[in-house]
Formats: sequence, C-alpha cells, structure tokens
Amino acid sequence: MFSYIVKRLLWTIPTLFGVTLLVFSMVHLTPGDPAAAILGDKANKQSIADLRAQMGLDKPLYEQYFIYIKNLSHGDFGKSANSNEEVMSEFKDRFPATVELSMVAMFFAVFLGIGAGIISAVKRYSIFDYGSMFGALAGVSMPVFWLGLVLIYFFSVKLGWLPVSGRLGYEFDIDHITGFYLIDSLLAKDYEAFWDALKHLILPAIALGTIPMAIIARMTRSSMIEVMKEEYIKTARAKGCSRFQVIFIHALRNAMMPVVTIIGLMLGSLFAGAILTETTFSWPGIGKWLVNAVYQRDFPVIQSTTLIIAIIFIIVNFIVDLLYAFINPKIRLG
Amino acid sequence: MKNLLEVKNLKTFFYSDAGVNKAVNDVSFEIPKGKTVCIVGESGSGKSITSLSILRLIDHPGVIEGGEVILDGKDLLKLSDAQMRKIRGREISMIFQEPMTSLNPSYTVGYQIDEALRLHQKHLNKKQRFEKVVESLDLVGIPDPREKYREYPFKLSGGQRQRVMIAIAMACEPKLLIADEPTTALDVTIQAQVLDLMKELQDKKGTSILFITHDLGVVYQIADEVVVMYKGHIVEKASAQELFKDPRHPYTKALLHSIPIPGVTPRKSKLDTVDDDVDYLSFPKEIR
Amino acid sequence: MENLLEFIKQYKKNRAAVVGFIVVVLLLLTAIFAPIVAPYSPNIQNLADRLIPPMWDAKGVSSHILGTDDFGRDLFSRIIFGSRISLMVGAISVGVSLSFGLIMGIVAAYFGGKTDLFIMRIVDIMLSIPAILLAIVIVSILGPSLFSAMTAIGIVGIPTYARIVRSSVLAEREKEYVIASRINGSSNFRLMFVVILPNCASPIIVQATMGFASAVLEAAGLSFLGLGAQPPTPEWGAMLSDSLQFITTAPWMIFYPGLAIFLTVLSFNLMGDGLMDVLDPKLKDK
Repeated sequence: MFSYIVKRLLWTIPTLFGVTLLVFSMVHLTPGDPAAAILGDKANKQSIADLRAQMGLDKPLYEQYFIYIKNLSHGDFGKSANSNEEVMSEFKDRFPATVELSMVAMFFAVFLGIGAGIISAVKRYSIFDYGSMFGALAGVSMPVFWLGLVLIYFFSVKLGWLPVSGRLGYEFDIDHITGFYLIDSLLAKDYEAFWDALKHLILPAIALGTIPMAIIARMTRSSMIEVMKEEYIKTARAKGCSRFQVIFIHALRNAMMPVVTIIGLMLGSLFAGAILTETTFSWPGIGKWLVNAVYQRDFPVIQSTTLIIAIIFIIVNFIVDLLYAFINPKIRLG
Repeated sequence: MKNLLEVKNLKTFFYSDAGVNKAVNDVSFEIPKGKTVCIVGESGSGKSITSLSILRLIDHPGVIEGGEVILDGKDLLKLSDAQMRKIRGREISMIFQEPMTSLNPSYTVGYQIDEALRLHQKHLNKKQRFEKVVESLDLVGIPDPREKYREYPFKLSGGQRQRVMIAIAMACEPKLLIADEPTTALDVTIQAQVLDLMKELQDKKGTSILFITHDLGVVYQIADEVVVMYKGHIVEKASAQELFKDPRHPYTKALLHSIPIPGVTPRKSKLDTVDDDVDYLSFPKEIR
Repeated sequence: MENLLEFIKQYKKNRAAVVGFIVVVLLLLTAIFAPIVAPYSPNIQNLADRLIPPMWDAKGVSSHILGTDDFGRDLFSRIIFGSRISLMVGAISVGVSLSFGLIMGIVAAYFGGKTDLFIMRIVDIMLSIPAILLAIVIVSILGPSLFSAMTAIGIVGIPTYARIVRSSVLAEREKEYVIASRINGSSNFRLMFVVILPNCASPIIVQATMGFASAVLEAAGLSFLGLGAQPPTPEWGAMLSDSLQFITTAPWMIFYPGLAIFLTVLSFNLMGDGLMDVLDPKLKDK
C-alpha cells in the first residue's frame, strides 16, 4: 500500500509541471504586451518599460517561469491587476462559498444518483428503470444555467419559497469562522441563519448537482447490472442470502468501485460547473470571480484561480485513487 | 432405500422474442440418501438449469412452469421465498464451475464461510462461529486455516478456492450438495483431489450429492446413479454400473463412444462422435 | 447495402434514438431554411413591440409566436437562426477535436514507446484541468468571441478523442489483417490511416455524436457567461444571459432559448445512445 501511494504521488509531478507551465505561458500567449495592456493606450514607452521590469517581463522566459514557481511555493500568487489586492486573500474569502455549494451539490448527486441507479438495476426493464434512465440522459443534456433560471422562476418568483440569489439574507450577520455558512451559523447557534443559508443553497445545489447525479445514476446502474451477473452473486443466493443481503452486501461493494472513480473525477468538474451556477445565482464564489476576471483581462486572478482549481482537482483525484485502493483488496494488499 | 429428493415432471422454460426455449421439459428423477447422482449431458442439454431449478435460482426470462421438487415430503416449489431461503445453504447447498469468480473478491474467505453460519445457525456466537469456520477450512484441506481466514480470494489458487466453496457449502452440513461442473475449470490432478474430498465428506457426513457434468470419466469415478439428459429431456436413467456395462439408448451409446474412459473403453477401440443430424429424441426413453 | 438495412433495423429498436434522429434532421432543415422558416429577421429591432408575451398569453392579437425580447426582436425567429450557430459550433468544435485527437491517438498507439508516453502525458495534463475551466483559459487568451469559444471547445475535446482512438487502434494493431498488410509492404502512413483506421470507426462515430452534444452545451455555457457569441448574435446561450434581468417580467425570454439548447443536446445524446447500442454495445455506459 505504501509503495502504491508513493508511486501515485510521483505521477502527479509531471502533471503539476504541465499545469503550471500552461498557466504561466497564458500571459505570453496572449496577443499584445501585458504591461501595455495594464497601463492602457495613453502610456508612454518609458513607463511601459518600467512596468515590464517591475513585472519581470524583461528577463528570459525560463527565468520568469522559475521566479513564478518560486513565488507560488511561498504562497505568493501575485496581485489582482484591477483591485491591486493580494489574489490569495480574496481567494480565501470566496473559496469556502464554492466548496460549500459543491459539497452540498455532490451530496445530493451521490445519494439520489446511487439510489436511482440501484433501483433501476434491481428493477430492470420496469417503468422506474426506463423513467430514471431517460431522466439521466435528460440530466446530462441539461444546460445547468438554464435549469437554474427555470428553478428560480418557479420556486422564487412564482412560489416565493426560496431566495433568488446570494448566500444569506442581509438581515443576518454571522462570524466567518470556517467560511461555510451552514457550519458557521451552527457554531453561532443562530438557527434562523442556518435555515436561511440552507434555503439559499437548495436551488443552486440542485442545478449544480443534476449532471453529476445523472452520470452517477447511469454508472451505478450499469455497474450493478454487470456485478449481478457475477458467479459470486449466485453463490450468495445459493447460500440463502435474502435479496436485500445480496444487493447491499455482495453486489453494491463491488459495483461501487467504478462509481467511486467517476465521483472523484466529477468533483473537479463540479468546481468548474460551479462557474455557470454561480453566475446564474450570483453566488459569491471563485467561479463568478473568475468570469469577472476574464471580462477585465485580470491575468493574475485568472492564472491563480485556474492553477488552484487544477491543483485541487489533482489532489482530489489522488485521494479518490487512494480510496479506490482501499476498497479494492487487490490493490491494498497486492 | 429411501429417497432424499424427488424431482417430478419438472419443466423450466425460457421466454424470448424468438420463442420459447424448453430448457427442462418434463424431467423426473430421485436422489437416494447418502448417494451420488450424476446428470450427464452436453452443454445446452438442460442439466445446469435442472439443478438451478431445484434451488429455485432461475431468473427472468426463465420460469419454472410445472412439476414438483420434493425434499423430505415437502414440495420446494410451493414454499414462500422466505421459507426457500431457509432451505438454501442449510438443507441444500450448491457449488459452481468457476472457482475463480464464484467467491466475492471484496470479502475475506472466512467472512464468506461465516456468512452461511450467520444465516442458518443463529444460536452460535461469534467465537463459536470462528472456531467452526476454522474447522471447516481444515476439513476441506486448506493449510493454516487460522491464517487463511483473513485471506482474500485473489490470493488463493483455483483448487483452493474450490475447496473454500465446498467449505461454504458444507458449513451447515446440508442434506444435499449440488455440484455444477465443480471440477471442469481445474487441472486434472487438482480435479482428482477435489473429487476425493467430496467423496470423503460424503462418507463422513452422509450427504447426498447431485453432480452435474459433461465428463463421463468423472461420472465413472463418483456416480451411484446416472441420469442422461439430451435437449431438455431425460433419455436414460440407470445405476452407474449398468449404464457403463450396458448402455441402451442410442444417445448414451454415442456419448460413451465419443470419449475414452479409463477402465471402460477397450484399448484401441475406435472413437465415434455424437451425430448432430440424428434426432435422438425419436428413440424410446430407457428408464431403469 | 445489406449492412445498412441491418443497421437501420437494429437502430429502430431504440425508439428514443429514432425520435432523437428525427429531431436532429428537423433541426438541420430548420438551420438550412432559416430565412424561409423564420417569420421575422432575427436582428430587426422594433422598440414599439418590446417584451410582448407569446401568442397564447398575449391579450389581443400578436404575430409573435414566442413573443419578443427587450429590443422588440421576434424570439421565435432568433431561436430559428440560433440553430445555425449551434450546429456550426458543434460541427467545427467536433472537427477540431476529432482531427487532432485522431492524429494524436493513432500516432501514439501505432508507434508506441516514448512517442506514446509523451502524447499520453500531454493528454493526461489536459484532462487534469476541468474542461470548462480549460475552455475559459483559452478564451481569455484569445479574447471573448464565438470563434474563441469554438476553438476552445475544440481543443478541450482533443484528449477524449485521442484516448478513444488510441485504445481502439491498440486493439486492432496486432490483428492478422494488419500484419498481413505490413508483410505486403504497406507504408506506415497507409497502415495507420487506410488499413487500421476504418476498423476503429464505431467508437469514434459514437464519441463524435455525443461530443457534438456536449460541444453545443459548452458553447451555450460560454456564451451565457459572455465569453462566446457576442450580442446581437442570436446565440441561444447569449440570449439567456441577456434575459436574466427580465426573469420576473418576461420569463418567456428564458424558457424558449434554453429549451432549444436542451432539446438539441438531448436529441444528439439520444442518437449517440442508439448508435452505441448498434455499433459498440460493449461501450455502453462506460
């Protein structure tokens, strides 16, 4: 198991190198001089040259890359070109919002997806099966931003049950201890704020969780169907196991292996999907921030958010691989 | 001699767009106490479906259409699902052809044997069950049973896995063990060991065995009674001795002539093949 | 010919896939004949007719089937013309992904060794960044436009095709007919593209169909974010982003463009599902 972890850890090095290289070269691939772009049309040559020197753009490329990596390793992600704020400090403010939304969405997707997948597999060819598999295909075809708008229209505008946008009503004020409002409000024992934060989360989480839910449902179903054909299922039945025991003890554990992998892969794309959802619901997370940065060509922000999301994606995949190894005795002991 | 199990007029059909496949069509035979009955036939003859029907493990699109399976005076086909579960693994257990895939890869060997005890011998506590599992691993000839308890199936060889399967099947000391081609996937030397083990357990525990195989060599080694199946029907039924000495049905004869059986087939005799063009069902059944 | 009939027979078994196919054909016809089908020009503004609800909701008579937007443009006509853009985006993006992915996959699998390792490492790195994020990075380099969006989506799709092509070429490479052709003196190029490639067509066709669906979806997403098609282009995603502020007053501006995206993507996915059943049953749900 230890050698597996080390091997898997070494695999991430070239990936990290590639990602930093890509993010680093963004500035240089962009047409035009970044210094001139920042200073605008009226800048004279001297001030552009000064800024270039200040930004280190006059040094050779490999040296610039080296400096970039050195700064990154100190946690220095640079300053926003527009607000002149440290990228990292604003990132810290916004990141919990995205994580909270993604986690709730994933929770929703995993439970409903696996549940629907199991029932579909067990009641194969039933109306439930056809219905949920069509639903799953519709789910992956769904423009999430549109789903978000339709949900807002029905549940917020028409019915008035849930808030239209944001994370928390203005009347609430809670200490940002963890940055996760659900947890912070509970820590402050402010249950009304908790309820309000939860209400704000429901619609964006459904919108964001729909595609992963559909994928998980399909994957669970096909994996369960494959596993139910295995000989060891027949063995379990011949032993006298009930249908429930066969499904939940003998089939599910084996069927979950590919599902765990896909869930891990989707965690990363969930952060990315949050970009669209956050825009729809004015959710103050990194997705919305990133989009604004692209409008304003604020490269330090684009670079840092991209890099951080990619790194999180890599870490999550690493953890998922470990988890996979853990539930699969062949890798754990082999 | 008293019969443990009687199968009467069993019919199991499979339905599809292409029509009805009468996989088991009006099959009757008996299994005497403590004896070994072999069902022989080619693939597709319905022998495996017959054995699965006894345990009612037939899945959609298969349906048991009729007949009786009588164990100790009660008809298994009339039991509720819950009652049937108490039969499986306790009164009748079953082992399968592929030892590589018939154990669950996610659980330890010990867990899988223990599960049978947990299902059917609820009066035992954890410690007693552990001792019984170790005992049964020892009984089927697995070395270091205490160590092997914690082993996962992928660490064991094919022969050892089949031994574990037998340990699971024998854990609750069933009256009948159904073995569906249990040696087909094994090397010849391992085959003989597994057959010896089954015979040994039969002698010790008095278990009846229903053995499904296409291999007449195996039949010759272990059978007391033989049932020959062909396309869903029984074409000949006889004691092993009679069958090998004096096969009567043309299909049985063809089968016997198609492979050499040590001790039966005379040396240098010519081998023949089963002729696909002959409709063996047109000959009268030979039930002795 | 017989193969084609057999193919149609098998495909027809999947009812949903047939519906998907019909919708795709209708969509194609709509796009081609957009100027004839659409009652109005998509970009003509008529401020007197602003925010008219769809016909069935409009009190009094209205000639705007799905109503009008905040500039008084006919929504139905804009959606009709939007089909041209979505189909074009799908076709070009898939074209980019497919051609690069095909070459990378086939070269990696055919030459193996270090070439394979190098190409697949690049593929892994690209896959280690979530697709829409990578697309946004590319768009921010090129500057927001429909062209940037198509290029970005095309590039983002490359690794998926490269992987699929590679694995099917690997499976084919050692087969007898390839070895026979090699013994007969076929060049590398001929072996790769003439001998092996046609036998890998099934999974590629399935992926291209599904890829078309996701390209349309991603392009709409980028345009919704304001990073793709720019106003006044009648692009479905961009139309949605314009209508955000009218959600309480003119919800039809939100429903119908989104519905168009959903139905288009769903139809291509249904078609891909049906093709998978017929061409590559093993691939199903993988």
